[in-house]
Amino acid sequence: MIYLDYNATTPTDPRVLDAMLPYFQARFANPSSIHRAGHEARRAVEKAREKLAHLVVARVDEVYFTSGGTEADNIAVKGVAFAQNKRKKIITSAIEHHAVLTTCEYMTKFGFEVVKVPVDPHGIIDLNFLEDAVDDNTVIISIMHANNEVGTVEPITEISKIAHRHGIVFHTDAVQTVGKLPIDIESMGIDMLSLSGHKFCGPKGTGALIARTGIRFDPLSHGGHHEHNKRAGTENVPGIVGLGKACEIAMTEMAEEEKRIRLLRDKLWNGIREKIPDLILNGHPEKRLANTLGICVRYVEGESLLLHLDMHGICASSGSACTSGSLEPSHVLLAMGIPHETAHGSIRFSLGRYTEEAEILEVIRVFPKIVEKLRVISPLSKK
Amino acid sequence: MQYSQKVMEHFLNPRNVGEIEDADGVGTCGNPICGDLMTFYINIEPKTDDLHMARIVDIRFKTFGCGAAIAVASMASEMAGGKTLFEVTELTRQDVADALDGLPPVKMHCSNLGVQAIQEAIKDYLQKIGRPDLAKTIQGCPKKSEHNNQ
Repeated sequence: MIYLDYNATTPTDPRVLDAMLPYFQARFANPSSIHRAGHEARRAVEKAREKLAHLVVARVDEVYFTSGGTEADNIAVKGVAFAQNKRKKIITSAIEHHAVLTTCEYMTKFGFEVVKVPVDPHGIIDLNFLEDAVDDNTVIISIMHANNEVGTVEPITEISKIAHRHGIVFHTDAVQTVGKLPIDIESMGIDMLSLSGHKFCGPKGTGALIARTGIRFDPLSHGGHHEHNKRAGTENVPGIVGLGKACEIAMTEMAEEEKRIRLLRDKLWNGIREKIPDLILNGHPEKRLANTLGICVRYVEGESLLLHLDMHGICASSGSACTSGSLEPSHVLLAMGIPHETAHGSIRFSLGRYTEEAEILEVIRVFPKIVEKLRVISPLSKK
Repeated sequence: MQYSQKVMEHFLNPRNVGEIEDADGVGTCGNPICGDLMTFYINIEPKTDDLHMARIVDIRFKTFGCGAAIAVASMASEMAGGKTLFEVTELTRQDVADALDGLPPVKMHCSNLGVQAIQEAIKDYLQKIGRPDLAKTIQGCPKKSEHNNQ
């Protein structure tokens, strides 16, 4: 299998798995327990918290473990909005992940107004629009660090400056960037940040919300005193230990890995565009995650491409309607101004830690043939 | 969502792909904006307006769409080829879906498209031979809004 769908999920690094395994059986105790076994589990959780804090340059007491990115996004948006009752506007972007978009839309039930900042054709948010949209009624701005479909990296520092001029909390969904790009919440002006373990070779079902000291937010789940009363429920100790290990590995290997993956990604893009006419690169040419190659293949439909690739053992992804069960193609591509019929032909290759050059060469060999085959069938192809 | 083996087989090796120059009838259904578009080309013998006599003797198609759309077009072309025009007007989307060993629920609209595009080609044929009245009795493509609601 050639796995090029790392933005969807990643395999767990064997070093992460090794770190986790003792916490299922030998060290299974509840970190809240008084006995020594409980203390040992507590120490493991707190050690993981330190590693995570280190990776994003936060304080340890600013880290709240969650079940993943989606839960962290939910706590940030709902928690901040519900912790006050003066401000009634939430600002987000048109290209957010559904974890943020759907959460914001839910808040309209409680009288919150939601404004979605548009993006340019490269997927960069319109800072002028944001500047005009913010006011004293705005409670939170939630804009992603990098987009999952096209990889475009947003101007986080500029966004945070706009937010802070108006006393607004700035949250960023950094699920696609933590472990891939250096993050310093202090210098970038991030008040809250969501991250997910399984996007950088950590275990699924793990993640965290980083919230700067002084940011007020309500918890979503109520119960025990876990996570400073912000996330009740016994800690997922093996998962948290694994997440910590994934952070530790990313800390030391991220820079090298980024260089290696970028070369492979560019090799893939150059290789296929040499052989296939009428391809469109999605996202920003430079300000883009090093591992992400989103393209639109004109005259064909994305699911057809994926099925053929799958028959060759190649796993990729698509923003096409047909994979989501609706007739609408990706909201991200549409927001970038890509026409419907072109957006239907979108495909995303996302590379990662275990991607090898031979795999990229195989895709370069196979993919043009698949496109050719589908274009022969297509009534939209040029003669 | 998973496709049947039959769907995958037709998707990977679609039958009757292509176009017919100066076809007796041409029909297109769907819309690239919605993500699927099918064009069918048919030749008819004998060239009569008797729906029980006239048969589809050659059928070709082109499709832009997902795996289900391509498999549906291929299967529908096999089912309509050799049949009388009357028999083809009796074909339903369920017939095509059944012949493919079923389609995922979200893909059922694709099976509509196959039958409708072939019937649209029959309408085109009837119009060309001077029987627009007869053409009107055949269903063909739904209006855009209907397609969107499926």
